[in-house]
Order: sequence, then structure tokens, then C-alpha cells
Amino acid sequence: MSVLRSRLDPASAESLANRAAMDGLVADLRERQARVSVNGAGGDPAAIEKHRARGKLPVRERIDRLIDPGSAFLELSPLAADGVYGPDGHDAPSAGIVTGLGSVEGVTCVIVANDATVKGGTYYPLTVKKHLRAQEIALENHLPCIYLVDSGGAFLPLQADVFPDREHFGRIFFNQARLSAAAIPQVALVMGSSTAGGAYVPAMSDETVIVRGTGTIFLGGPPLVKAATGEDVSAEDLGGASVHARISGVVDHEALDDEHAIALGRSIVANLNRPEPTLPWARRPAEPPAIAADGSGGSAHLYTAIPTDLRRPLAVREIIARLVDASRFHEFKPLYGETLVCGFAHLDGYPIGIIANDGILFSQSALKGAHFIELAAQRRIPLVFLQNITGFMVGREYEAGGIAKDGAKMVMAVACAEVPKFTVIVGGSFGAGNYAMAGRAYSPRFLWSWPNSRISVMGGPQAARVLSTVGGPFDSDAGRDAFEAPILERYEAEGNPYFATARLWDDGVIDPLDTRRVLALALGASLHAPIPETRFGVFRM
Amino acid sequence: MFTSRGAGPARPGRAAEPGRAAESAPAAEPGRGAQPEAQAIVPIRTLFIANRGEIAVRIKRTADRLGIRVVIPGADGSPGVDLLDSPRVVAAALAAGADALHPGFGFLSEHAGFAEAVEAAGIRWVGPPPSVIRAMGNKAAARKLATSLGIPIVPGYDGDDQSDAALLDAARTIVGRAAGKRRHSVLIKPAAGGGGKGMHQIDSLEPPDEFLAALAAARREAAASFGDQRLILERFLGGPRHVEVQVLFDAHGSGVHLGERDCSLQRRHQKVLEESPSPGVDGPLRVRLGQAALTLAAAVGYRSAGTCEFLLDDDGAFHFLEMNTRLQVEHPVTELVTGRDLVADQLRIVAGEPLGFEQADADAARANGGHALEVRLYAEDPDAGFLPSTGRIEALRWPAIQSAGGIGGPVRVDSGIEAGLVVDTRFDPMLAKLIVGGATRAEALANIAAALDQTLVLGLATNLHFLRWLVAQPVVIDGAARIDTLEQIWPPRGAAEVTAVPPPAVWLAAARALVATTDGGWRLNGPARLRVECDGLERTIVLDGSVIGDELIESAPAAVVGDSGVAFVDADGRSLPFRIAPPPDVDRAARTAAAHDPSALAEVISPMPGAVLAVHVTPGLGVESGQPLVTLEAMKMEHVVTSATAGTVIDVLVQPGGQVVRGERLVVLGPPAGTPERDALPYPNMEEQP
Repeated sequence: MSVLRSRLDPASAESLANRAAMDGLVADLRERQARVSVNGAGGDPAAIEKHRARGKLPVRERIDRLIDPGSAFLELSPLAADGVYGPDGHDAPSAGIVTGLGSVEGVTCVIVANDATVKGGTYYPLTVKKHLRAQEIALENHLPCIYLVDSGGAFLPLQADVFPDREHFGRIFFNQARLSAAAIPQVALVMGSSTAGGAYVPAMSDETVIVRGTGTIFLGGPPLVKAATGEDVSAEDLGGASVHARISGVVDHEALDDEHAIALGRSIVANLNRPEPTLPWARRPAEPPAIAADGSGGSAHLYTAIPTDLRRPLAVREIIARLVDASRFHEFKPLYGETLVCGFAHLDGYPIGIIANDGILFSQSALKGAHFIELAAQRRIPLVFLQNITGFMVGREYEAGGIAKDGAKMVMAVACAEVPKFTVIVGGSFGAGNYAMAGRAYSPRFLWSWPNSRISVMGGPQAARVLSTVGGPFDSDAGRDAFEAPILERYEAEGNPYFATARLWDDGVIDPLDTRRVLALALGASLHAPIPETRFGVFRM
Repeated sequence: MFTSRGAGPARPGRAAEPGRAAESAPAAEPGRGAQPEAQAIVPIRTLFIANRGEIAVRIKRTADRLGIRVVIPGADGSPGVDLLDSPRVVAAALAAGADALHPGFGFLSEHAGFAEAVEAAGIRWVGPPPSVIRAMGNKAAARKLATSLGIPIVPGYDGDDQSDAALLDAARTIVGRAAGKRRHSVLIKPAAGGGGKGMHQIDSLEPPDEFLAALAAARREAAASFGDQRLILERFLGGPRHVEVQVLFDAHGSGVHLGERDCSLQRRHQKVLEESPSPGVDGPLRVRLGQAALTLAAAVGYRSAGTCEFLLDDDGAFHFLEMNTRLQVEHPVTELVTGRDLVADQLRIVAGEPLGFEQADADAARANGGHALEVRLYAEDPDAGFLPSTGRIEALRWPAIQSAGGIGGPVRVDSGIEAGLVVDTRFDPMLAKLIVGGATRAEALANIAAALDQTLVLGLATNLHFLRWLVAQPVVIDGAARIDTLEQIWPPRGAAEVTAVPPPAVWLAAARALVATTDGGWRLNGPARLRVECDGLERTIVLDGSVIGDELIESAPAAVVGDSGVAFVDADGRSLPFRIAPPPDVDRAARTAAAHDPSALAEVISPMPGAVLAVHVTPGLGVESGQPLVTLEAMKMEHVVTSATAGTVIDVLVQPGGQVVRGERLVVLGPPAGTPERDALPYPNMEEQP
């Protein structure tokens, strides 16, 4: 297999500018991440102090103890709801819930943990969406779920957007039932409130723990009970550990504090006796890329390869070289449909097929992509999409050449391929190119964005020009510019990766340097589910 | 020059380069042939060193320089031998083809029978004649000899009656001599020993149980260490200095002294810091001390290097303690101030060479020799009462300004250790000595402080941080230390608080070292994190952090990960062990939670309705986990209600014969007695600060 070589000059003006720009973007990312987690939880310092004073650990410290020592935690969408709720947009850091993949007693689990320092851990609409996304990952990848429950239930002011619909609160318990039925273990550690609808999280779980003194489970809290029946009862007597561990049987284990509950949770997972997944091929020993992404060993740093101006071409093989084992890449059809780079490689020892944009999609590129996806599906090789796409080529010649049906072939292949798919938006993600490159709607197992990325139906300038052309004519260029300006502004704001990640259009904005690690963790997780045979639909020829 | 036993007139001395004589054949020294009573000078060809560790290395260093082949059992491929088994040691020396044996110190160095066996085997003994070892080795005899020579001794008992009654009686006399003012303490010492082994200090004889127990222990230790269980008693003099005079006698009866060493800084009779000259000795006193030492040595016909130990009062009065008939641990300070190589001198003397220099030469060399200091690096934990420590030396760094293998230089390191060495309980806890010189005492102190700062030992507890602390103490800087100084100033007040929680930089260094043994503690939403444990304390450390709490970590201390996955981090001279924090464990977490939260344990409730058959506990009683509290009877079955964890019974709410319903409170438990407060997080933002 050929070893990719870097053609980058790390000292060129462009490299230095790219590096400086990406350094700034990553620093911005780190700052945003720190803001939602700096004290171990998303709430303000007073809320966290109050939480601690009750003997409770902040949510991220719970997770630190739950996962195996020194292991990685692949958090999902830590910047969810950032900029969405409240006057300054910061009412619900991380959407008040921390989710992610972690290893517990050597078992990769999906962890769903309420953050009680954020509005008592109540569910905003995006909290529900984030919770459901974690369960979807558990279902697709056959991963046990551990719920660290500490929530007052639905966020009542927004109940209309939380309660009634198909993908709303009730779906959590529907999912628990279906997951349990699929022999995907459901474990709940009640480390605070588990109120009203929330009471069903432990009740619907396979095995449960409650913390004495802080954990409570009830359908109606003391005020509701008083209102409904006139009965005076304390929270502890109504739904505390003693009641549920000794009398009601809603929980199976009583813990004395958070640490004890976590220990019991680990013990539960240790006794799940999950078998190791059987792989359809032999995993190889992992090798680091020959060209180090972090610039060590004299290679050019990954950041130097990433132009932050999306109009400038991105040499995608430079990224691949810094991503795959030993930088080895078996490129498929390198001389055909060159704007789509396809090829096989290994990442952390796992075989992968890479589909990466290197320009606009033409018919040939789409046909090549569809062919390559068929190969990967037959060989049960996971697919990694590196998205940097402004769309399919437009114009009379291309429409007449059937670009629509060729693009459709690739979309068909992507939609039907049963192998695990992973998407990283490394640049632009515009128009139908997003679909062909396994955008969110195509259910890749995971999707991440780089901080330089942009996502929208088309580029801002193109959209503004389309709208001004439709809305014109204008007396002057200045008039047209004035018409286009708010459109450009809106596209810039809504195409921003933080706008996207806040709404869970992805599973997180990542430091480009983390891409290999993130993909490796996700690949490992995805292979717990067997890879079925793929059946494609009708390809329009 | 001091002469004894009517030896001939003194020869002209050769003060310079003492080692040279042994390097060159006698024929190359034509002047020697003219000496009176000249005996044949027979150079040593193969030297067997019946020792190990730093002293074996130190002797070999000189022997190598002199071109003498060296055999050290157990080193460089030589077969090992039990160094306390004298016949085997002699056999090993013979097998190695040795024509001389250097015993070093400790082990068999003061064993007259062994010296005789060595000589009987035709191997020269690097040390005084066996008869001298025997004469001085018996403390009682040495005390009598000193008295007969008019040299004062410490009041005590050196009688032949070794019965408990006789010794107790003598002890009462020693104590009673205090003329009603202050009652003295009594020191019990093995008659045959030295070096603090088997030594016990008894402060009160009433009741005598403690004294009698110490006698028994001292006898056991004396028998084990010296093969002789006889004891002597001495009055313990409060507050004198310990000074000792180095002497050197050749086989022709000529002897000189090389000035004194002050070894007052001791803990449990083990020397910690030695220096020369003593801050408490002036010129005239030095002459008197030297004269006393030479008189004693000459009286027994001394040969080779030896040391007379004295206790020195502030008024200049001194008392003879004992003579050590061997090279001493602290000999390098004398070497530094006199410019001599005492091992070379010993080897020259045993080869039959005359001393070659006079007292005036020694005095002149010493007068220009400045000041020398030695500190001893021990494998022991000063924070835990100087208990010996064990472990593998994972990292070792000596001062960069070390001298290049020879004697002298800015910093001399006499060490028998290297990285990777496992120090176990059979190992001599003294790992190494650092010796520095200086034109003045202040300069020497500055040099030793610098040398200690540059020294690093990781992997086991050592007294390095204690030595750094010691050389900065005013009493040491002022040269005012007495033999009881150390026990008065260590441990310093507040030390426990200072050492309880390692500083943030140490945690960070530990985490950085340990992370390589894990998957990296990677996090998508920020820097990698690792939970680290040290001595029961656990912390979550953010790995790329340069700020922890409010503290900027400018440079992380040295850290090394040993084979066992333990990281050892340098905390100002302490080697602190850190591990990856174990994940929460059900039993451990329950114990910790119960111990720290009384409410968690408060009630033991009845699991079923029934009759109370028996109550097994009463308020105030401490209970263990699983201990029966109450026995109930229900449905004709007995059911024992046990405690889920350790605790203290606060209240019992039922009586035998009573009836209980399910869920009724039976017993109220509190935390176990002596439960400490839960550790507060000392650095509020430590968990999360990026």
C-alpha cells in the first residue's frame, strides 16, 4: 500500500496563516468548552457549591469516577443549547445533560447524566433531543446505557416543546423499553431527584441504584400530593431510598453516597457479562500515522493544511495522511472522478474506506463514490466521510449529462450501505453534497464538525445572490448589497458550527487534532453491533 | 610525631601524596634503606574487601588508584559470601588469592577473632593487631585503661558482674550521683560494640521494669551484633558534644593525630552530620584531645587508622568514650581537611611502610585545609520516626559539581547505590555520604546545602528532605549542636500539617508521569484528566494545566514511574508515591461513606415483623461490619440483624421480649470512634481548572 507524503511547506506564508487561524479557532473552542464544564458542571458556582454541600458530586466528576481509570470519555455535543435559551443564550449549558461513550469495567457504555446544577436538571427541548440521541447511539451500536439520574423532570415553561410529540419526553421511556427488549442493558443510578416522568427512567431500567438521603423517585412530589389528596408527606418518606430499596422495589441497591452508587453501578456492569463483539475481519495492530498531525518529527502540523477561507482548496490527502495508520492509503480510481478521493486504509487497526471531497462533485465523482461504497458494503468495511463540499456541479451541460441521476446513485449508495458510517465536516457542507457525503439526515453513526466548518443549504454569497436575483432588479449595486447584507449575515450566523452543534446537528465540534482519536473510539464502539448485509434500492441508470 | 614502645627516632616526613609510596616499589625509594629497624616492605597485590555498599566502593577507589587488584565478594562476578560468617570470608579471600583483607566498617571489622583467622591464613589484616582490637573492643577494659592513663571517663559501670541485680544497683548509683539536683539518665551499651547498636537510654529506674527490659534487649542485640552479651553502663551526659580524634600509627610505632571530627548531630545514636574541625574545639583543646588520643593508642601498641571518641562539655572538660579500631564512616571529612587518603595510609602501613610524616606536617595541612562537612543519606523516613524504608531506587541524581572520582573536590559522593537497586531490610540503611569542603565553615555549609538541593533519590523514603532542612537550622549554622539537639528540634512544629497534602505541582508531575501508563484520560471537551491517589488522598488532575487553583506551576518536580506502576515524585526531597486512583469499590466506598456521614448509618430497621429475642449491643459500644445487633423471631425462625458497617451504637430502641413491626427502628448507629473529618479539597478549583 502506498504511503502518503506531505507536500506542505510548514514555513510558507499560507501554512503559517492557516496555523495561526486554526490556533485561534481551537482556542475559541476550548474556551467555549471550558465555560460549560469548568467547575465540573454547567451551573453557576453558587449552584455547584450548593450541590456539593449536599454531598453530591458535580456531573462530570461523577463520570470521571464511573469510567475506568485513565480511560477516554467521548462526550457528545458538550456545546448543545449554547446560545439557544435565555436572554444571553447560556441558560442551559450542555443542555443540562452530559452524554457520551465511556469504558466501564472494560465495557463501552453510553452514559446519560443529568446536570442538576442547571435548572434542577430539568429537560429543555434540546435536553430531550440530546438524551434521545444518546439512546439512538446505544441502539445502533448495541451499547449498554447508564443513566445518572438527577432531574426534576420536564422544564415546565417549555412543556409544549418537551412533552407531547413523537420525539419528545415520552420517547425516552419508549426507547428504554425497546433497548431492553433488544438485550441492551439499561442501568440507572438515582443520585438526586427522579420526578414525575423522570421516575420512569429508573422504573424502566433493568437494574437500579439509589443514593440514600439525596435520591428520590416519585410520580408526584410532596406539593402535588398535598394538592391532590391533602396528604402531608416528606420527600424522603414519599420516595426516598428506604421506601424504594425496602418496600416498593423500584430500586435494587441502596447506596450511601455518590461514590458508593458509582461503585455499585460499576459492579452491575461488571456482571452484565457482555461478550466481545465478533469482527467480520481481523483487526491489525494499530500504528500511528507516519506524518504526525501535531507536527512532531518535523512534519507540517495538521493546522497548516486547513485553509480557514472556504474558497481556498483544501488538500484532503494531507488530512488523510495525518489520520490513518502509518499514513498508508490504497487509493481507488485515483485518475477518475478526481474531485472525490476514495480509498482504503486502517485507523487504529480497523479497516476503513475513506470518501473525501477534493472539489465540486461531477457525474464521474458521484459514480466513483457509489462504486466505492458498494465495495465497502460488500467487504463490511466502515466508511469515513471527510466533508468539504460546495455541492454538485450545476449548469446546462451537467444537467443534460444526468448529474441528478448520478448524484442520486451516490445518495442511494450512502443511504443503504449498512456498514458503520462516520462523517467529519472538515470544511464546507453545502447543498445536496451534504446528502451524498453522509450528512446528518443519512444517519451516520457519528458526525463531527471542525471549528472552521460551515453548513447550510448553499453558501451565503450564493444564497444572497439567488435571493437578490429573484427579488430584484435593483437601481444600483449599493442597493443590491444592502438587500444582500442581512442575508449574508444570517447565513454566516446559521452556518456557524456552533449554531449547528447547539441544535445537535452534529455530535460535537472537535479540535482537528482529535479527529483520529475520535474516529478510533467511535469505530471501536460501532463494531459492537453486527454489520448486516447491505441491500441497495434501484439505482437510476 | 608521637612515638610509643621505645620506637626509634622519627624519620623526616613526606607529607605530600601519601599514596605514592605504595605505588612504587621499595627500590625506587633509596632513602628508605637507611632507616633503622627497617622491615621488608611488601606491597599488596590483591586486596579482598570484606564489605559492600559505599565503603567497598570507596576502598576500591583508592586501591584502583594504587594499582592494587581488588576482589569484592558478590561484585564484578566474584562469588558472594555471608559477610558475618568469618570462616567462609577467610576461605573466600584465600580462594581469591588475596594477600590483604580490608574489613571496612561494621560486619567483622572489630572482630578480633576474625582478624586472627585472617592473619593465621597468611593474609594481611588492614587494621590494628587483633590484640589491640580485643583490648579496645572491650569497653570495660578500655575504660579501665583510660583511667589508668589519667584520661577522664564518663561515670559508669564496667564490672564483671553482669547480673540484673548488679547492673540495677550500679545504675542506681549512677543516677544518684546527681547530688539531688537533676537525676541523670543511664545509657546501656554493649561492652564489645560500637556504632550505637544495642544502645538504650533509660530516663527512670522507678519502677525498674523498663530498665530490666532494656537490659534484656541490649543483651540480645549485643549477642547478635558482636557475639558478646556483656554490657556496660554510663551516665548519660545531657548536652555535650561528641568529638573524636583520628589517629594513624605505622608498624614502627610512629603515630600522629589528624585533628578532630564533631559528630554531635545524632538521632538514636546514629550520626547524621559530621564535620571537621569542631566548632567547639580551639587550638589548645585540640592539643589536649590529640594528646589523650595518642596516649591511649600508644598504650595498646596501635597500628593503622583509629578513632578515639570523647564527650566534650562546654567548659572544655572531656570524657573518653571508646576507641574505634577501624576506619570510620565519617573519615572523609578528615581526608578533606588534611588532604590525606586514609585508606591509602592504611594500605601503606600494612605493607610495612613508615608513616612518612610528622605531627607538625599534619597540623600544617589541617590548618590550611578549611572546613569539611559530611551528611549521611539514609533509607529511612524521618516523618515516621526515622523508621528504615525499603524500595527500589527508581531515579538517582548526584550533585553536578561532583569531583571526578578522586578524593576532594567541591562535592565528594561516597555511594554504593545506583538506579535500579532494591533496598530491602537486609540492606544497610546508609545509602551514601555527601562530603563537601569550604574555606570556611559558612562556605562548607553553603556547599552542602547546594549539593543536597541537587541530589535526588526517588523510589523509596530517604532522609534527603530532612538533611536539607537540617543544614538550614540556626543551631547547625551557629555550630551549636549537641548530642541531644536533634531530638529537640525534630520533628519541627507544624510538620505534620505541612506534609499532609502534597503541593499542586507534585500532583501535576505525578499525573503527567502516570498518564503514560493509561489510555491517556482523553476528553473530547477539554484537556485530558486523570484521577491520582497518594496516601489515601485522591485528586482529579487536569493534565495540560499549568495553573492549579491559584498557583502557577512554573516547573514540575522530577517524577519517575517504577516497574510497579507507581510514580515517585520529588516533593522537596521527599519521594512520594502516587498511583492511578482505583475506581470506586463497593465495600471501600460504603465504609468511607458510613465513616463520614452519621446520617447514612443512623438507623438499623427491622426487616420483618416479629418478637425481639435478644439485644446484643449497648449504647457506646463499637461494632464491626457484620456484627449481630438484635435477634428477632418471626414465623418460628430466628433472624439476626447485623450491622452493615463499622460504627458506634448511639441508641438501642428495643428490648428483649418486645414486638416490632417491619421497618421499625431497632438501633441507631454513629460513625466509628476516631473517625477523622472528611478531607476538604485544599485547592478549590483543582478539579477543573484548565
